[in-house]
Amino acid sequence: MAPIVSIRNLTKSYASGFKALKGVDLDIEQGEILALLGPNGAGKTTMISIICGIVTPSDGTVTVAGHDILTDYRKTRSIIGLVPQELTLDAFETVENTVAFSRGLHGCAPNPALIERILKDLSLYDKKDTMLRQLSGGMRRRVLIAKALSYEPKVLFLDEPTAGVDVSLRKDMWQLVERLRANGVTIILTTHYIEEAEEIADRIGVINHGRILLVEDKKALMTKLGRKQMTVELAEPIGVIPDALSPYSLTLSGEGTRLTYEFDSSGERTGISSLLSALSQCGLRVKDISTEQSSLEDIFVELVGEGK
Amino acid sequence: MNFEAIKSIYAFEMARTRRTLLQSIVSPVITTSLYFIVFGAAIGSRMQEVNGVSYGAFIAPGLIMLTLLNQCIGNGSFGIYFPKFTGTIYEILSSPISMIEIVIGYVGAAATKGLIVGSIILVTAAFFVDISIKHPFMMVLFFVLTAVSFSLFGFMIGIWAKDFEQLNLFPMLIIPPLVFLGGSFYSIDMLPPFWQTVSHFNPVLYLVSGFRWSFYEIADVNPVVSLLTVLGFLVVCLSITAWIFKTGYKLKN
Ligand SMILES: Nc1ncnc2c1ncn2[C@@H]1O[C@H](COP(=O)(O)OP(=O)(O)O)[C@@H](O)[C@H]1O
Ligand SMILES: [Mg+2]
Repeated sequence: MAPIVSIRNLTKSYASGFKALKGVDLDIEQGEILALLGPNGAGKTTMISIICGIVTPSDGTVTVAGHDILTDYRKTRSIIGLVPQELTLDAFETVENTVAFSRGLHGCAPNPALIERILKDLSLYDKKDTMLRQLSGGMRRRVLIAKALSYEPKVLFLDEPTAGVDVSLRKDMWQLVERLRANGVTIILTTHYIEEAEEIADRIGVINHGRILLVEDKKALMTKLGRKQMTVELAEPIGVIPDALSPYSLTLSGEGTRLTYEFDSSGERTGISSLLSALSQCGLRVKDISTEQSSLEDIFVELVGEGK
Repeated sequence: MNFEAIKSIYAFEMARTRRTLLQSIVSPVITTSLYFIVFGAAIGSRMQEVNGVSYGAFIAPGLIMLTLLNQCIGNGSFGIYFPKFTGTIYEILSSPISMIEIVIGYVGAAATKGLIVGSIILVTAAFFVDISIKHPFMMVLFFVLTAVSFSLFGFMIGIWAKDFEQLNLFPMLIIPPLVFLGGSFYSIDMLPPFWQTVSHFNPVLYLVSGFRWSFYEIADVNPVVSLLTVLGFLVVCLSITAWIFKTGYKLKN
């Protein structure tokens, strides 16, 4: 099946001269949940803003359901829903009115029953007559989601939906995403939390410095990202690593008191227990042990390094 | 045409108007009443008639125009400036609507409010002086065309303005001198010849003159020229707006 969103050589130079996107190619399949993972400033919001019509591209093309976003914007923007990163809402509108407003802007006839259902799904119904300026951050995020769902989009962009959001909303959000997926909605969400991508995505794209570094099935990527480090603090310093430990390719630091071991946490055998017994066989006394998952930053460093 | 979108934007703007209705009507009504008390009754009673019309009645069309211009520019600019300022413009930009539809929604609402307030001033004026309208159709035409073109002008200011200072530049600093020097309170025959010539470069003179002609059949310039001036201004504003949307000027990065 043809991809629902197809991005080719998408490039953006802001007026300042800054290149936020440097030729992005990406296909998004119908019905999938794609997580775009990348640190702040990677270009995630810029990319989404171009697809939605908020930022003009400098070069490249985007099609949504086969329609070009610039020449056929009426079609593409009716299909797309956007939950923006910033919590921007009119201060003096009520919850219900602002959601109905979004539906109208997208050319849909009023449908109070649908809006009631959306508000109930997002636990907003009892707040429907509340002024937006009186809502907390989490509630405002819910309202932005309700606005985007009010015209039943087929493709939904969620730009950092869980940044600064409490646990209960996060849970509600995952349930909502599952429900939408069951209805065939394609979802693209951006995040800089690996766990978030891990939780719900089918595929994960990694973006940094305006480039897509990789797009892969979640499972395949999680294996790649599953590298962990174990640090062993020794009671007494050693000068060299004993030959018996060479299979573990350890590194020695901290003036001879610290051994570092890298392993694959998703593998069948991590080698930790055999390493520990090997250490005691060599007569080394262990003072402390800690393990650490490679951070997103490490992974970026690695990916960027591989890209060179 | 995305009629639902036009309806939504228009209704949204009119709701904003309703929330501030009292202040937006009470203040111009009070100001205009003061003008009539001071210029119409107090000073006007000692002034001779202008071309056979009492001074109080003579200034009424100019005062209505003054309010109309201020209201239309103010509402037209604020309506689009505010979403730009708060960021809610993202929703307008990402909706399946064309430039024409956005303009109809925002400018239509601004013009509607201007016309409501302008009509209230007209009714207020009728309490103070004898108003006669010799050409009601032309009066309405001038009224509506002015409201639409200056709301559109305000809309452009709202897009152009970087901050509240720039937003207020036109309504506070540029429009009042143009209105006061545009023959709102006098016939330009009363001016020395040099200033009469200068006045002809003031577009507001044509508006006020044409509008006053539709009331009393007295005019500083030919009413046809007045009408063409308003139409010309409307076309210029429309062209600039079209260019703004084509290039995304100050709306999109
Ligand atoms: N209007 C703008 N003008 C200039 N630079 C911008 C503008 N908007 C964003 N940028 C820059 O573009 C880069 C990408 O930003 P953004 O797309 O918001 O990243 P992300 O959403 O991944 O955090 C950042 O370095 C940001 O500073
Ligand atoms: Mg962002």
